[in-house]
Amino acid sequence: MAFWRRNSHVEKERHVKANARDYNDKFSYADNHIKTSKYNVFTFLPINLFEQFQRVANAYFVVLLILQIIPEISSLSWFTTIVPLVLVLAITAVKDATDDYFRHKSDQQVNNRQSQVLIRGSLQNEKWMNVRVGDIIKLENNQFVAADILLLCSSEPYGLCYIETADLDGETNLKVRQALTITSDLGDITKLMDFDGEVICEPPNNKLDKFTGTLFWRDNKYPLDNEKMLLRGCVLRNTEWCFGLVIFAGLQTKLMQNCGKTSFKRTSIDKLMNTLVLWIFAFLICMGVILAIGNTIWESQIGRNFQVFLPWNEFQRSAVFSGFLTFWSYIIILNTVVPISLYVSVEVLRLGHSYFINWDRKMYYSQTDTAAEARTTTLNEELGQVEFIFSDKTGTLTQNIMVFSKCSINGKTFGDIYNEYDQKVEITEKTACVDFSFNPLCDRRFKFYDSNLVEAIKLEDLAVQEFFRLLALCHTVMPEEKSEGNLVYQAQSPDEGALVTAARNFGFVFRARTPETITLCEMGRAVTYQLLAILDFNNVRKRMSVIVRNPEGQIKLYSKGADTIIFDRLDPSNEDLMYTTSEHLNEFAGEGLRTLALAYKDLDEDDFDVWMKKLLFASTVIENREEQLAVLYEEIEQGLKLLGATAIEDKLQEGVPETIACLSLADIKIWVLTGDKLETAMNIGYSCNMLRDDMNEVFVISSHTVQEVQQQLRSAKEHILGLSRVSSTGDVEKTNMFAVDSVFEETIIAEYALVINGHSLAHALEPQLEHVLLDLACLCKTVICCRVTPLQKAQVVELVKRHKGAVTLAIGDGANDVSMIKTAHIGVGISGQEGMQAVLASDYSFAQFRYLQRLLLVHGRWSYFRMCNFLCYFFYKNFAFTLVHFWYGFFCGFSAQDVNDQNSLRYPCLYKPGQQNLLFNKRQFFLCTLQGIGTSFLLFFIPYGAFSVMVKEDGSHFSDQQTFAVTIATSLVIVVSVQIGLDKHYWTAVNHLFIWGSLTVYFAILFAMQSNGIFGIFPSNFPFIGTARNCLSEKSVWLVILLTTVVCVVPGLVVSFLRADLFPTLTDKVRHLQQLRKREGPQEQNLRRVRRTSSRRSAYAFSHQQGFGELITSGKNMRMNTVPSVSSPGRTPHSSTWIENVLKRKNEVSCANDESTGGPENSDIAKQTPKQQHTD
Amino acid sequence: MGKAKVKSGPLARRPDNSAFKQQRLPAWSPMLTANTVLPFFYFMALICMLLGVWLLLTVQSTQEMKLDYTEAGSCNLCYIKRQNASNAAQSCTCSVMFSIQKAFKGDVFFYYGLKNFHQNLRRYMDSRDDGQMVGRKRNLKNPSSYCQPFDKDQTGVPIAPCGAVANSIFNDSFTLSYHQPGSYRVRIPLLRRGITWYTDENVKFRNPKTENLTLAEVFKDTARPLYWQKPVYELDPDDPTNNGFINEDLIIWMREAAFPNFKKLYGVLNRADEVFAKGLPAGNYTIDINYNFPVQYFRGRKEVVLTTLTWFGGQNHFLPVAYLVTSSLILLLAVVLTVIWWKFGKAGKNMQE
Repeated sequence: MAFWRRNSHVEKERHVKANARDYNDKFSYADNHIKTSKYNVFTFLPINLFEQFQRVANAYFVVLLILQIIPEISSLSWFTTIVPLVLVLAITAVKDATDDYFRHKSDQQVNNRQSQVLIRGSLQNEKWMNVRVGDIIKLENNQFVAADILLLCSSEPYGLCYIETADLDGETNLKVRQALTITSDLGDITKLMDFDGEVICEPPNNKLDKFTGTLFWRDNKYPLDNEKMLLRGCVLRNTEWCFGLVIFAGLQTKLMQNCGKTSFKRTSIDKLMNTLVLWIFAFLICMGVILAIGNTIWESQIGRNFQVFLPWNEFQRSAVFSGFLTFWSYIIILNTVVPISLYVSVEVLRLGHSYFINWDRKMYYSQTDTAAEARTTTLNEELGQVEFIFSDKTGTLTQNIMVFSKCSINGKTFGDIYNEYDQKVEITEKTACVDFSFNPLCDRRFKFYDSNLVEAIKLEDLAVQEFFRLLALCHTVMPEEKSEGNLVYQAQSPDEGALVTAARNFGFVFRARTPETITLCEMGRAVTYQLLAILDFNNVRKRMSVIVRNPEGQIKLYSKGADTIIFDRLDPSNEDLMYTTSEHLNEFAGEGLRTLALAYKDLDEDDFDVWMKKLLFASTVIENREEQLAVLYEEIEQGLKLLGATAIEDKLQEGVPETIACLSLADIKIWVLTGDKLETAMNIGYSCNMLRDDMNEVFVISSHTVQEVQQQLRSAKEHILGLSRVSSTGDVEKTNMFAVDSVFEETIIAEYALVINGHSLAHALEPQLEHVLLDLACLCKTVICCRVTPLQKAQVVELVKRHKGAVTLAIGDGANDVSMIKTAHIGVGISGQEGMQAVLASDYSFAQFRYLQRLLLVHGRWSYFRMCNFLCYFFYKNFAFTLVHFWYGFFCGFSAQDVNDQNSLRYPCLYKPGQQNLLFNKRQFFLCTLQGIGTSFLLFFIPYGAFSVMVKEDGSHFSDQQTFAVTIATSLVIVVSVQIGLDKHYWTAVNHLFIWGSLTVYFAILFAMQSNGIFGIFPSNFPFIGTARNCLSEKSVWLVILLTTVVCVVPGLVVSFLRADLFPTLTDKVRHLQQLRKREGPQEQNLRRVRRTSSRRSAYAFSHQQGFGELITSGKNMRMNTVPSVSSPGRTPHSSTWIENVLKRKNEVSCANDESTGGPENSDIAKQTPKQQHTD
Repeated sequence: MGKAKVKSGPLARRPDNSAFKQQRLPAWSPMLTANTVLPFFYFMALICMLLGVWLLLTVQSTQEMKLDYTEAGSCNLCYIKRQNASNAAQSCTCSVMFSIQKAFKGDVFFYYGLKNFHQNLRRYMDSRDDGQMVGRKRNLKNPSSYCQPFDKDQTGVPIAPCGAVANSIFNDSFTLSYHQPGSYRVRIPLLRRGITWYTDENVKFRNPKTENLTLAEVFKDTARPLYWQKPVYELDPDDPTNNGFINEDLIIWMREAAFPNFKKLYGVLNRADEVFAKGLPAGNYTIDINYNFPVQYFRGRKEVVLTTLTWFGGQNHFLPVAYLVTSSLILLLAVVLTVIWWKFGKAGKNMQE
């Protein structure tokens, strides 16, 4: 992107000519080489150092270092700073270099993928990075698309090809793309060689669902839209090969334009620390100034007189200058307030936490053998402060697997299993599956637990047979039998696939279809049905039907659809069954299943003929054709007989509703951002318990203009605010519909949800509306954004990040989540699946959504608590110690695992202090500092008082500076050790080891540094020889230390006792309970189970697109034989126009062109029915 | 942790199930409850009280006598004389009388004290060469640059011992005598050896290796510090082993005081004499002072201190008083806390959710 921006001119229009590299080179379009790495060998050092010195601390230490090099003011030797500084810089640099190396490697791997390019008349293997705009490339089945290309032709008839766009929008169902008619027969290299069309189109942009351009070829203009484009990141499916013209390459492809920028992530504690370092620096300067002024006064008043013993240096002639030098010396001495060890310790602490995350068995998923991984080690404590979670849907919340789980046939439910006492048994991994071995064609992955249904099938229950026959007949699935008995279904939506697979396993195997027939294998017996009509699905009808003639010659209509729609069209005689089924449907819906009602109807031969004629007539009408067809469909789909209902489970990942409930108890807001359709997204919202029936209102924002969006957002907001205003003023008049009580209650528990689609979001994210959107979204308990592009996901995250100042976490599994993962404060990738892009871009990765709960509530909380305690303690210790000017360097930062992990999960409210940033903020910092200053004061003045008159037991002189130093240092170590002991809530062996260990190490080092041996070697550097021995053998010294410790610790103890006793935090309460429980003995308490109470019924129909019905009946997507032919002469060329109509309608893109469709063939729609096609 | 097993199979990447890695280490989790904190406070108050009382009683039994002799008695003349730097070479002696009301029992220690003398100035403290003082020949010839400007004299000869600390050594000397009732003055014997730390005398300060030469020959190529009247190898004319860098007065001076007002040990009463076997009897005393050290430059004062000791050092009222104050404060706090607890927080009232 950067490369492209460097070009001075902004591209307004793109001109691409096929097979003309020279022509295209003029425009200097980006090539297909991508670069996500940050450095190369030469730029690494400068750029990396520049980045590192942006950290205030690093810059601060460099300034210190420079000061220390000046001999006149150097009070500590310069290597005390440079060694740790260089170490810190080096470690960070090595880490950055390794990260970048992997980025280089992955870039290289992508850039070196092979693709076939048409160069000088032949197909040549080229690396991806050498593909250029204007090249014609060949793609084969299951290959990734190398760049954004214009589809020219494919192995399939009519230039159709199928793609999977999981990396772009997360949807895994197949999508159809079709080449222009005029180019679709170019399928041979010589013809392609001669192709010299020129495309003029929009400049590179990030809109995934929009493309406008024009192809100029042979003096004709052909409009181009998104339906003719294959975008980089898609995978070619079910298509032997296809050719395409590269339009956008490399960084200008829509996929790359959707990639967010990699930014350097820092935690809020880091930022706070930066601020604090600046404050401390200011504080140091104040102290330095005070001391320097003091020095100046002293020198001019007293030091002047002292010159006999201590003459001034030549540069000390003026007292002011001496003061100035003193100032810098003190700055250096006092720099221990922010020792570089703080940064090293913080990093070590974080590294430790990262390892604990990696080691956690409860975040290990055994099925895919993936453990959780902390890929960045710098963000751990931020996990304890998350307020917003942005989640992808497919693959993250759901498994993207549809499972036929229950059904109701003729008033009897199947699917639940009961034990001998007639109690429902929960289905687990261990529950025995039904044995489908009687059926050689069954799908082995299909699992069903209720054996009654198989019994019913075996008993040849008519209703059951008819039920499955319907499932096997009424759909638009394409079968593919790769070898005998090895059936693969290509379904347009996973729901359909699930239903057909269910029928297959219960003995009604859908084996093959032609435009006029459907062949089933019913209980081992091949039966061929004549397909008379498909009454396809659309969003208004919410049902689909097929009309077939069975071998016995009966004509039957099979229909499936949303329950309300089907129930309206039932024969009155079915009323009883309808009520029973309706109850069952409620039950299914309550479990979050997607339901569908099934019905059939026997048709009278004569009636059907009449109807068929009307249909044929209607389909030739030019005006209002759609409406007329709808009326006709309506006419025949009456008086249906109910067969039953199916329940499909859109399999959620394990434990998703529980996790979401738990996280929302911790006041974490979860927003779902998905590329999926509105209805699917809402469905999942219901099954995850994010949307509920008892919510006051679910606002759905779905409009296409700014004004409409604004209107909808405003009114929704007013609705929420209006209600609460009404209730707060107690205005009864306006709310006479409710009792006053209930209104009052409503304001307390008022729950709203917002569902917004991609188009509206694009408008809502504009600067003038984003505030309205944000306000509204934050008033709602649940926010679902659907049909959003990857970049929009990032924009939403960015919006919240910028305006709410809250910590955000994004979780996703696919390439379409990468930009959002990069944008959020914390990015989490779901690992263990095929695509790795999300994981590579993420900061943490694990296999299951439910681990998020543990990551945040346990690890995040602990990390945050530990980090805060550590920082408080560190600043306390440093202030205590620096202000008495002495140095001790041993301290270990293990503290505070206050509440155990089970309780962390059981009381999600414990998470809230992190979000409110309660544990380490400026106030806390001041308190710590104050405590530190107080301690330092006592630490200095108690020994001072004692020492001014003290002598040794043997009378020898004692109040010397070295003894004083050792006494203070020892008291300090003991005081801070006692303090940490009191602050610590949790003593494990490790804590004991470190506390006692650090005391031991202190004394060991003290004695070692003051031993005879080391003095013998370096007499000038270790002048403290023997001080410790002489000092610590004195009883009076220990009396002083005891007194100091008591006096320093008591105030803190009083405060924390009062706080714990009078204003216990939730943490204290939980700890209290924890202890009580421990005393009572272990009782495992189950996590509260989340009960779904939804009664909303959801049919797959809601989430279904208008199907392939027309494609099937017209036979356009059928291959006559297994070997695909380049062109099928038997097909009528004009019928392709019809497919365009389908595509057009499906995507609501109006192509105002007639040139390509060639006018007179409008009546092709008539070919919807097979009869007409035959007569054609 | 544990053995490095090469794992394979389907669960190859499963983390180890060790208590440490799973953060399940058994832990003791104490809480600040009234049951633990309040008794602890009372207990601490009691302990401090007992210690304070004990220390106070002990301190009461000690005796101390301080005498500022800067301008006292005949020293007034010397004080004036020393104001003029040109008289530095001339000696001046004076004497001061004092009396002791109550006998000093046991060991009696004799200190000299200085007020307003900043031995704790950083530049002053650094102005020494520990390498030279430990007898390194190299440092003897080439004193450390820290000693500037007291590292070499005008002719460039290295000074031993170098630096401002050694240069400003306290050079008054004292003779203490007791007016025995009805008799003549008895000179009080003082032990002037063994008054330093063992480590200082034997490790930190060493003379350069003599190798059959006399001490004077070893120090041949060095100059005495500017303000000294005698070279370092003639500091103690009476005891040849107390000369050079291991002279105890020098060692004591070199151990820099932490505060501007300090006292340093001069000698201990030698109780071998029958008169002083039990300490110093009550009566009149005279100190004869060889008055050399000028203090008027820095408005300082000089004093001598006679004191007896306890098991925790000299007469030190600070510790017992501090303990007693602390004890009463803790007691007060404990009572207040008890009241608060009784009224507001009893029986975990606030612990209920």
